[in-house]
Amino acid sequence: MTTAEAAAAPDERPDADPVLRVDDLQVSFPSEAGRVHAVRGLSYHVDRGEVLGIVGESGSGKSVSSLAVMGLLPAQARVSGSIRFAGRELIGLSDRELSGIRGRRIAMVFQDPLSALTPVHTVGDQVAEALLVHGGGKLSTKDATARAVELLDLVGIPNAAARARAFPHEFSGGMRQRVVIAIAIANNPDLIIADEPTTALDVTVQAQVLEVLRTAQEVTGAGIAIITHDLGVVAGFADRLMVMYAGRAVETGPVREIYSAPRMPYTLGLLGSIPRVDVAEKQPLVPIEGQPPSLSELPPGCPFAPRCPLAVDACRAAEPPLVPVTGTGGVAHRAACHRSEELAGDRSAEETAVQVFGAELVEPTDLATVPRARRQTVLRVDGLVKHYPLTRGTLLRRRVGTVRAVDGVSFDIVRGETLGLVGESGCGKTTTLMEILSLAKPTAGTISVLGSTVESLGRAEAKRIRRDLQVVFQDPTAALDPRLPVFDIIAEPLRVHGFDRPHIRRRVADLLELVGLRPEFAARYPAEFSGGQRQRIGIARALALEPKLVVLDEPVSALDVSIQAGVINLLDELKAKLSLSYLFVAHDLAVVRHVADRVAVMYLGKIVEIGDAPSVFGAPRHPYTRALLSAVPVPDPVVERRRERIILTGDLPSPADPPSGCRFRTRCFTFAALPEDRRVLCVEREPVLDAAADHAAACHYPRDSTSLQRV
Amino acid sequence: MTGFLVRRLLNYLLLCLVATFLAYLLAAQTFDPLAVLQSRNPAPPPEAIAAKAHELHLDQPVIPRYLDWLGNALHGDFGRTVDGAPVSAELWRRVGVSLRLFLLGTVIGIAVGVICGVVSAIRQYRFTDYAITVLSYVILSTPVFLLGLLLKQAALNVNQGLGTELLRFTGEVTPNFSGGFGAALLDRLQHLVLPTLTIALGQIALYSRYQRGAMLDVLGSDFLRTAQAKGLTRRRALVRHGMRTALIPMTTLFAFGFGTLVIGGVFTENLFSWFGMGDWLVHGIGAQDANITATVTLFVAVCVLLSGWLSDVLHAVLDPRVRG
Ligand code: SF4
Ligand code: SF4
Repeated sequence: MTTAEAAAAPDERPDADPVLRVDDLQVSFPSEAGRVHAVRGLSYHVDRGEVLGIVGESGSGKSVSSLAVMGLLPAQARVSGSIRFAGRELIGLSDRELSGIRGRRIAMVFQDPLSALTPVHTVGDQVAEALLVHGGGKLSTKDATARAVELLDLVGIPNAAARARAFPHEFSGGMRQRVVIAIAIANNPDLIIADEPTTALDVTVQAQVLEVLRTAQEVTGAGIAIITHDLGVVAGFADRLMVMYAGRAVETGPVREIYSAPRMPYTLGLLGSIPRVDVAEKQPLVPIEGQPPSLSELPPGCPFAPRCPLAVDACRAAEPPLVPVTGTGGVAHRAACHRSEELAGDRSAEETAVQVFGAELVEPTDLATVPRARRQTVLRVDGLVKHYPLTRGTLLRRRVGTVRAVDGVSFDIVRGETLGLVGESGCGKTTTLMEILSLAKPTAGTISVLGSTVESLGRAEAKRIRRDLQVVFQDPTAALDPRLPVFDIIAEPLRVHGFDRPHIRRRVADLLELVGLRPEFAARYPAEFSGGQRQRIGIARALALEPKLVVLDEPVSALDVSIQAGVINLLDELKAKLSLSYLFVAHDLAVVRHVADRVAVMYLGKIVEIGDAPSVFGAPRHPYTRALLSAVPVPDPVVERRRERIILTGDLPSPADPPSGCRFRTRCFTFAALPEDRRVLCVEREPVLDAAADHAAACHYPRDSTSLQRV
Repeated sequence: MTGFLVRRLLNYLLLCLVATFLAYLLAAQTFDPLAVLQSRNPAPPPEAIAAKAHELHLDQPVIPRYLDWLGNALHGDFGRTVDGAPVSAELWRRVGVSLRLFLLGTVIGIAVGVICGVVSAIRQYRFTDYAITVLSYVILSTPVFLLGLLLKQAALNVNQGLGTELLRFTGEVTPNFSGGFGAALLDRLQHLVLPTLTIALGQIALYSRYQRGAMLDVLGSDFLRTAQAKGLTRRRALVRHGMRTALIPMTTLFAFGFGTLVIGGVFTENLFSWFGMGDWLVHGIGAQDANITATVTLFVAVCVLLSGWLSDVLHAVLDPRVRG
């Protein structure tokens, strides 16, 4: 069943018997700061064969509520309310009674496939166990094993009969998630709960796994509750959506309706805060100020009020109930907001969001109009190679191979330009970045910063270069020393470079203001800040010495969506204000499209496509880039369901033993469609990249640049 | 897997050789077995001393002596003691005495330790957990000989209370014991209880601490949750998926634990007047006897080697990730 069409039907009859009905669910945990009310009166249902998307940020209660359905919460959790599955009340059942339902009628897929399987049993046994445990002794081990192989085959494990005897550590993350799905569908469940099933995976693997989930649903006809923070995934996959905030549902309804006309400011803000990979024109991103409230001492009123630009006195007095919206839609669309009515209208969600939250694009600077060739080159990487020895044995180490982590990478960045370096895990983008930062001689090739080649640097020169080259890391918590107050953290690089005290004091205050924090914050410690604020502190520190080039290593990927937008906007603003150049390393292509002027796409240690962002995103030429872009889900149900998706097959080859000729050929769909005689070229000759060109792809048969098309 | 185990075995053999060589070298350089002879009054004639030195091969450099000893040892001849008796004459009896103690102590220590650790983890922060934790810390911080003395005292009280000699604590059998086979076995058991307990308690305390930690990791793991989501009850999930995984980090500890046990064994044997290898080592050092010292070292090294290798076998059996 395709999801969109079926969506409307069940919603029109909400009183029909659903697979799952949750009523006034409350879950709380004891903690040092008092009882944490993680779920506060949550009600929802999942119909037979329906896909419900549950969206929210960390701490919104979305995972806790689904673990409550499974009866898998830790013992100290207090659960009340009602969870009825196929008419039967689950709260209060014993572990034994629940275990008869779990895995047979309700199955679950978890977030991290790397740790979700027991390391000491074969995957075949783990799938078979799901069958045997509910087989009631009637199923023989042999039959269960045979069925397990069928299931593994169904979820797309190649060569399933042989692979069933392998152990989890011999599988890639994507393959393990398929195994977990095989376990989930083993007994034809009526309901599958998928808790962030693709969050830990690369985007092309995510597309594969979502495809498998779709197949699983078709085969079993199960209802699915998919929990995610990714509005793109929901747009393509779910029929209905429930947005959670601070332990409650704040908006629910058919996916199309909510995306086109959200009626609650938080939903509106979320939709406005995510950049889109499919839109050519740069849209302003809506930042949602502040952070989610603490669930141990929630003040009365709407929990979103402190962050809501529409908040009025009434909002702080009473928490709005979740009620059907007036105007458009049926009873199915509900929102919890006192001012929901005022959000009705026929503008698009993005426009409304921009208007409500106030967001603007940074004006392009004069510098941006100067052609690249006439601007100063800030960073030049030429033929960069980094190989690692691959060793075996502990007492007697021996070299068994070479990992070609980066294998001949060239690019340059000019003044005031942002280069986005993208690719999936294992592509070599992090190694490239580390090589640039280390200022040491690479295995081969050269790196030059502002015209000086790093390997020939004396100590004094190296110190000067370090001033011009700064970095912001992914995890703001790990990057800041927790024992130092913010002042010392930001002042440290200034002290190293010998500035006097009054200057440092002034500069730190200026920097805090520059990144949108109050100068008084200087006396506090990192632990007192939220993730977004810590990232701002990291940025302030990087800017202390007025660098020319800032290397940004996944700067927003550890942050919640509503916080991301603020940091991205800040980076945009600083770049214009200070004429900075960025090397922006990220796996989130939508974010890269939003911030980058140029993009380089890496695959297995090489750049496969490079060019200015509008052409690479608008008319990708390399097959890998095309697959990558098509795999990124777009947060717009109408567009998302119409898009043609290229699903890559297979796993990334080992960087210790890359394929001959073109490294992408083992997974290349263009290659697969070529006649035998034209394939020879791909197998035998490595395609070269013209890094200096405006837009170049390392492919013998690139897509014609004349056939311009939106991805 | 076989390749892995063979490689490890070779590694251990190498270590074994190194250990005995160092012990022999040290013993041969520092011991002076002739001192006793020389200090006799009246002093024996120089020829007699030279003859003794020749008899003990003291007139040769140490490396050939070691190689000589090693070559013979491989054929079951461990040289002679200073008094002239063959080392091997006493060796096997003493090995038997010690192994009985060590093996039993280890097996009980591992079994009970692992169970205590698992129980402690499952009942985390409840009374049982606290009780096991406190007891194991007390035991771990008590020196072995003190523990043995306390046990002896406790046994005395038990015996007095019962009015019979239920627990015995001197030697491994009652001297001049007469009786049938069954009675003899019982007599040995009565002697065995206390020393074994002395050794096992330390092991139990050690293993239960580590097992608790390993089990807690597993209790919070995603795969245990997957197993439950599949439809296994918590208990069944723990047994099938949790226990085996939680044992993996323990295997490396078993080898290490055996080493500490042998060291503790020296005191225990002394305390309960068992004439085992530990007691012999003390005697050998006292008599300045390089051959005895090297032989006991070899024994300890072989024990540690075997237990280390068994740990590896166990590790490979439990954990598919190290095979290959
Ligand atoms: S109830 Fe008030 S504070 Fe809450 S979301 Fe609506 S307008 Fe904002
Ligand atoms: S060179 Fe051949 S194999 Fe490589 S990407 Fe192009 S078409 Fe595919």
